[in-house]
This record gives sequence, C-alpha cells and structure tokens, in this order.
Amino acid sequence: MRIDKDLVAASATPLVLGILSDGDLYGYAILKRVGELSGGGMQWTDGMLYPLLHRLERLGYVSSSWGTSEAGRRRKHYAITPAGREAFADRQEQWTVVAEALRQVWHTAQRPPAVAQGWA
Amino acid sequence: MEHAELEAQIDRWRGYVQRRQAISPADVDELEDHLREQVADRQATGLDDEEAFLVAIKRLGNLDAVSREFAREHSDRLWKQLVLMPEDPADAGAPPWRELAIVLALAVGAGLAVKAGLTWIEGGGVLARNLGLLVLPFLTGYFAWKRQLSARVVVGILVPFAVLAVVLNAYPFASGGSTELLAVLHAPVVLWLLAGIAYVGGRWRSDGRRMDFARFTGELVIYFTLLALGGAVLTGLTFAVLQLVGADLEPVLENWILPFAIPGALVVAAWLVEAKQNVVENIAPVLTRVFTPLTIAMLLAVLAVLAAVGGLAEVDRGLLILMDAILVLVLCLLLYAMSARNSLAPPGVFDVLQLVLVAAALAVDAVMLTAMLTRIAEFGFSPNKIAALGLNLLLLIHLARTGWLTVEFLRGRRPFTALERWQTRYLPVYALWAAVVVLAFPPLFGFA
Repeated sequence: MRIDKDLVAASATPLVLGILSDGDLYGYAILKRVGELSGGGMQWTDGMLYPLLHRLERLGYVSSSWGTSEAGRRRKHYAITPAGREAFADRQEQWTVVAEALRQVWHTAQRPPAVAQGWA
Repeated sequence: MEHAELEAQIDRWRGYVQRRQAISPADVDELEDHLREQVADRQATGLDDEEAFLVAIKRLGNLDAVSREFAREHSDRLWKQLVLMPEDPADAGAPPWRELAIVLALAVGAGLAVKAGLTWIEGGGVLARNLGLLVLPFLTGYFAWKRQLSARVVVGILVPFAVLAVVLNAYPFASGGSTELLAVLHAPVVLWLLAGIAYVGGRWRSDGRRMDFARFTGELVIYFTLLALGGAVLTGLTFAVLQLVGADLEPVLENWILPFAIPGALVVAAWLVEAKQNVVENIAPVLTRVFTPLTIAMLLAVLAVLAAVGGLAEVDRGLLILMDAILVLVLCLLLYAMSARNSLAPPGVFDVLQLVLVAAALAVDAVMLTAMLTRIAEFGFSPNKIAALGLNLLLLIHLARTGWLTVEFLRGRRPFTALERWQTRYLPVYALWAAVVVLAFPPLFGFA
C-alpha cells in the first residue's frame, strides 16, 4: 500500500520528533525506524528527510552534532531539544483530535449504505 | 580494491550533487553517509555493488526535487541567484542593458540633484539638512523599480519622506545650533529605513528580509569604498598629469566631479551588490574575522585610556560623540558578521570572540553612560546630551540582550536564529529614535 504524499508530509514532523525523543539518531537510522514503525508501509524519498531535519533544527526543535560512524565517516547526529519536546506534545494533541474525528468517520462509513442514507 | 567501481560511482555522484548551489558540502557529506548506509544494507540482503548503488540512488529521490527542497529551507544559499533570476519567464527576454540604463540614469539623476542643491541652496546648514533627501530617493527608486513595489508600499515610503522633507526645511533652526546638527545626523537613519522598506519589497515584517538588508548595507559599504578608492586613484593620476602641463583640475573636481561621482557611486554600488553578490560573499566572513579581534583590541585600549584619565566629568564632549560613533561601528560589525554567518553552524571560537567584543562594547558603553550622567548632573540637560544618552541606552539594551543570547547560544540552550531575530526585530528602534530626534527635539529645545 502506498501512503498519499500529503499524508506523509503532514505526519513527518511528529514522526521524526517522536523517534528522536527516544534517543539521538542519525538520518539513515531515523528512516529505518520510520520503516519499522509503519511495517514498511511508509516509504519516504530518503533525500527529503534532510531538508526537514534542517528545518526542525532552524526552528530549534532539534540540535545536531557531527560524529563518526563505525566505518570512520563523518556522520551527523540529531537530538531533540526541550522546545522540540514541547512542539511534539503540541502535535500529539492535534493528531489526537484528528485521529478521534477520523475514527468516528470510519465508524459511520462502515455502516451499510442504506442506514447511512437514513441518517442523512 | 574489490569495491573500486562502487567508490568511483559514489565519487561521481558526489561531484554531481556538489554542483547544486543549495546543497552545501556538509550536506553532501550527510547525504553520502546515508547513501553508503543504504548501499551496505542492500549488499547485506545479497545485492551486488552495482544493484545496491542503483537502489540507494533511487531511494534518495530525484535530485532536482531534493535540491529544490534544500533550496526552500536554505534560501540564503541561493540568495545571490534568486536576485539574478528573472521574476517570471516572460521577463527572461528583457535585455540586460535595460537595468544598466536605468541604474546609470538614476546615478546621473542623483548627481544632478546634488549639483542643483549645491548651486541653488544657500547656506551650508540648509544644504546639509537636504543632502540625504536629494540622494536617497534615487537609491530607493531603484529598489522600487527592481522589486515592483505595490502602490500601498510606495505611499508608505513617500508619506514619511514628505514629512521629513517638510520638517527639515520648515523648522526655524537657529543657524549652527545643536538641534540642527542633530537633525542632520539623524535624518539619514530615517531615510535609510525607508530605503530598507523598498529593498525588502515592502515585506518589512520578515526577519529574513531584514537580515538581507543588513547584509546589503554591509556590502554596499564595501563596494562603495572600493569604487571610491578606484576613483581616487584615477583622479589623482589625472591631477598629476594635468598639473605637469599646467592645467588646474581642482575647481572642476570640486564643482563637477565630486558632486556627481559620490552620489552616483552610491547608486552604482547598490546595483553591484544586487547583481554581483557572490564576489563579495567570500570576502564578508573574512573581513569580519579580521576586524572583530582588531576592534576588541581597540575597545580595550580605549577603556584603558578612559580609566587612566580618571575624572569622567572632565571628559571632553567631543570624545563622547566619538565614542558613540565607535559603538555604532561595533554594532554594524556585529550585525554584518551575523548576516554572513551560517545560522545552522554550531557554536565556534568566533562566536566566543564575538561575545568578547560585545562584553568590551558593553563595558565602554557603561563608562560612557556614567560619564554622560555625571555631565548632565553637573551641567544640566542639552539636546546633544539627551540625544547621546538616548542612543547609549538603546545601544546598552541591544548589546546586553545580544550578549545574553550569545551566552545562551554558546551553551546550546538556544539556536542562533534567536540571536538573529533579536537583531532584526530591534533595528527599527534606532530609526524610530532618529525620527524622534529629528521631529521632536527641535521644537522641544526651541530650535537652539
């Protein structure tokens, strides 16, 4: 199943912030984690993650530091900041409202069409 | 080497990505790390080098789209190109000489205005008050044309300009009085704010655009200085040659060359900054790095001298004004350094150096304030003292908060953008203060 592009874009920020609130990670590991969490259902264009991370950094939600990988390459690690945690909590509230509304919509939509029409 | 072909492919890919202006070398490193991780994971599932590389590249995404996304986030990297790029494709065919023609016309216009002022305005004081009013409209006009300002923004610039022009000419200033001198000194600041509104295309609320204007101002000064140096060398040589054959160039220089060359150079410099930003872009960080330590040394020397002099009430009034100028210069240096800095770069040695600069400036400012308050307590108020006191208080607030935010940034508590935002939000305060000095001081102090 392919997830719609807009949906991926909208959920990207809370996903990244949520993943980072479990601990510092570098870009590739973040993407792997997204894949695991969605059971492989969410496929991002890998390159798009980095502009997003840079934007979160500019907003002060994450901080970055250069380290080295096991192979000795330069690697940039990202960590969530207190402001990022606040933003994450805020997003979580917003998504809870959306999810609740959607849950109700799914619930009604699953009824047979005849019943639904009767309600209209 | 077993994976030589893979390495060569990654190398080629790197070279290809590096050509994108919006993707910095550090970003390429980051992307390369990602690519290699992906390749290694694919190899682990049994793909050979070639297949693993192809999958990894494909998953990284269309480079154009990714690069566009980088550009959206890092618009400062594209700053120079965005300005040079035509606004819409229909404009692309517009001949480049048109802009040059407009710039030259505006430069000549500024020269004519100054020449007319020199010819017809009687009295040095009146001319000094009007000099900015004669030149700035041409610079502002260039940006109004370039940015295609909306009618509302044009009116928003013209009305304050008209008010300023009326006030500067209708107030019955006492000849050679201090309120007149203050008005002459402060009016350009207000005019510069108006030019800034035109420069940012009316988007004066945007912090990013305000920073662009700060950067523009710094680079304008550099270009103007370069043009002035070149002009001085040329004039000097011509002078020498003409003197040998017995012709005296001095009256021509005074009456014709300088009145046209100086305002003209200002307009041309503005155009050069717009068109050829990348030439200076590499100089800006170097210049600020050279002059920040030198300025710190100067401030410390000044502090030592002031401490050695002792009795602050004895400090000469001229010295206080000079020190104000030094502090303003420090602030300009600071602002220019920040505008040239990559806001994502982690705290470094240079940021510590800047903190030292701010601290030294704060110390000088504190000494100045003490000296001023002592003078006011002893000799009472005067327009000069109030203007200087006001400027010093503004500088104190600006520097103190800058210092605090730099400390927070160095400790990793706040991003650099917080520091930038404080600068861009505070800048208009200076223009407002200048407007108060020009508009309210003369009537308050009886135009003395």
